[in-house]
Amino acid sequence: MLTVTDLHVSYGSISALRGISFSIPAGAIVTLIGGNGAGKTTTLRTISGLLRAKTGKVEFLGEDITALPAHQIVARGLSHVPEGRMVFSNLTVDENLSMGAYLLSDKALIAKNREYVFSVFPRMKERLKQTAGTLSGGEQQMLAIGRALMGNPKFLMLDEPSLGIAPRLISTIFEKIVEINQSHGITILLVEQNANLALEVSQQAYVLETGSIVMAGESKKLRADPQLKATYLGG
Amino acid sequence: MSEFLQQLLNGLSLGAIYALIALGYTMVYGVLRFINFAHSDVFMVGAFIGYYLGKLVPEGTLWGGMLVLSGAMIGCALLGMFIERVVYRPLRHGPTLNVLITAIGVSLLLEYTGQIVFGAAPRTFPQIFPTANYHVGSLTISSNQLFVIGVAILLMIALQLIVFKTKIGTAMRAVSLNPKAAQLVGVNNNVVISFTFGLGSALAAAGGILYAMNYPSIDPLMGVMPGLKAFVAAILGGIGNIPGAALGGLLLGTVETFIGGSQFSTYKDAIAFAILIVILLFKPAGLLGKFTIEKV
Ligand SMILES: Nc1ncnc2c1ncn2[C@@H]1O[C@H](COP(=O)(O)OP(=O)(O)O)[C@@H](O)[C@H]1O
Ligand SMILES: [Mg+2]
Repeated sequence: MLTVTDLHVSYGSISALRGISFSIPAGAIVTLIGGNGAGKTTTLRTISGLLRAKTGKVEFLGEDITALPAHQIVARGLSHVPEGRMVFSNLTVDENLSMGAYLLSDKALIAKNREYVFSVFPRMKERLKQTAGTLSGGEQQMLAIGRALMGNPKFLMLDEPSLGIAPRLISTIFEKIVEINQSHGITILLVEQNANLALEVSQQAYVLETGSIVMAGESKKLRADPQLKATYLGG
Repeated sequence: MSEFLQQLLNGLSLGAIYALIALGYTMVYGVLRFINFAHSDVFMVGAFIGYYLGKLVPEGTLWGGMLVLSGAMIGCALLGMFIERVVYRPLRHGPTLNVLITAIGVSLLLEYTGQIVFGAAPRTFPQIFPTANYHVGSLTISSNQLFVIGVAILLMIALQLIVFKTKIGTAMRAVSLNPKAAQLVGVNNNVVISFTFGLGSALAAAGGILYAMNYPSIDPLMGVMPGLKAFVAAILGGIGNIPGAALGGLLLGTVETFIGGSQFSTYKDAIAFAILIVILLFKPAGLLGKFTIEKV
């Protein structure tokens, strides 16, 4: 579904991605794990069009999207839930969700998506008139994911959904991620520092280190890998 | 008492004009985080478009006046969008200071081009709308004044509806809160920014016409002082905050008019700035502004 080939990205003279390649099959949950500063966020931002690659190629559903602006990429069904959630803090939950459906004009479809978001995150329905900035971290993460779901994505990229969230809510959010994948057939690329959790819910994994992929394989196998255990899984 | 009401009326009609201009400063700041110094000259161009259009329609008719007003608003919307597209957009990803300096350049360009094209001598603005004076007790109310306040209120209500009830308005607010997140939901930020310039410039044009109706002499530098005051009004209300700009404009116009009618009239402009400084000392973000913690 998504194929990334030899992607190089830099910030000025600092090189953040040094030729990474990977591909993600339709229907899967794939995770990209790695420590702080490894280049995970840079990878997602380049795929979604917020950053430009120096060289390399991103293909989505067979189309080269490397040079497309962000708003045209999301129009193709590739949605990015950014690090730090980035909800529109002064807008209400309701308005945030409406913004998620910005590219849709079919009212019935928008209403259907809204119902789906409420079925996944019932709490959003209770908070509808509240401004997003007043939500807790976990609720903001739900809203950020809900906002992405409003646009009918085929493919969802999540950047550290567990970051800055009460531990109690982390497992809820991961359950929901699996639910979204299974009930709606949405392919997911999950970026995490919390490798344990990410390997548990995913089928395949890539390990990123200072801008290069250093390990790849089935999540089950990686969980048993002694080297990975030592570095990312806390012994 | 009637003196007070008279001054209040004068002040509100001046303030309504400041408010219309201030809205453009504040909206552009909202989406781009920079002050469009050329905005005050768009106001001037609005008055001149009105002057020339006013020659094409019979004076003193409602339909003629409305035609002139709409023509100036459309003309300036296009001018504002053109300036953004051609001058500011190529600089958007550079340092903010570069755009600010460029904006001052565009402002001077418009002023001096205005002097070449229109001439530097002041001209008398035609009476485009029907006029009458109403006497209520000892109060004299000119139809122009009522018109200024009425049109300004209608435009501000329309703006409020656009910004808070329409899709593009919600997108404007989204872009001003987080341009990256807006792109990620599919907003083409260029379209929204262009729309914002169009909207702000149309309001400035309306301000220009209303100003010219009440102070019926126009020249290419006429935007400088009202523009500066409106800028102060936008800061006063809390830059980036739309109701704040309206409030700041009304407040400043009223205070200025009252001081102008008092023994301190010489200082009326200085006092406008003194008020700004005092308010900012106590409320650094302006009357309705608030510092938001921006998460990067
Ligand atoms: N805006 C930026 N400007 C300069 N360097 C950056 C910027 N964002 C990230 N980097 C650098 O790029 C590298 C990768 O960062 P990032 O993709 O954010 O990593 P991760 O998401 O894995 O923590 C880091 O070395 C980081 O310091
Ligand atoms: Mg990151």
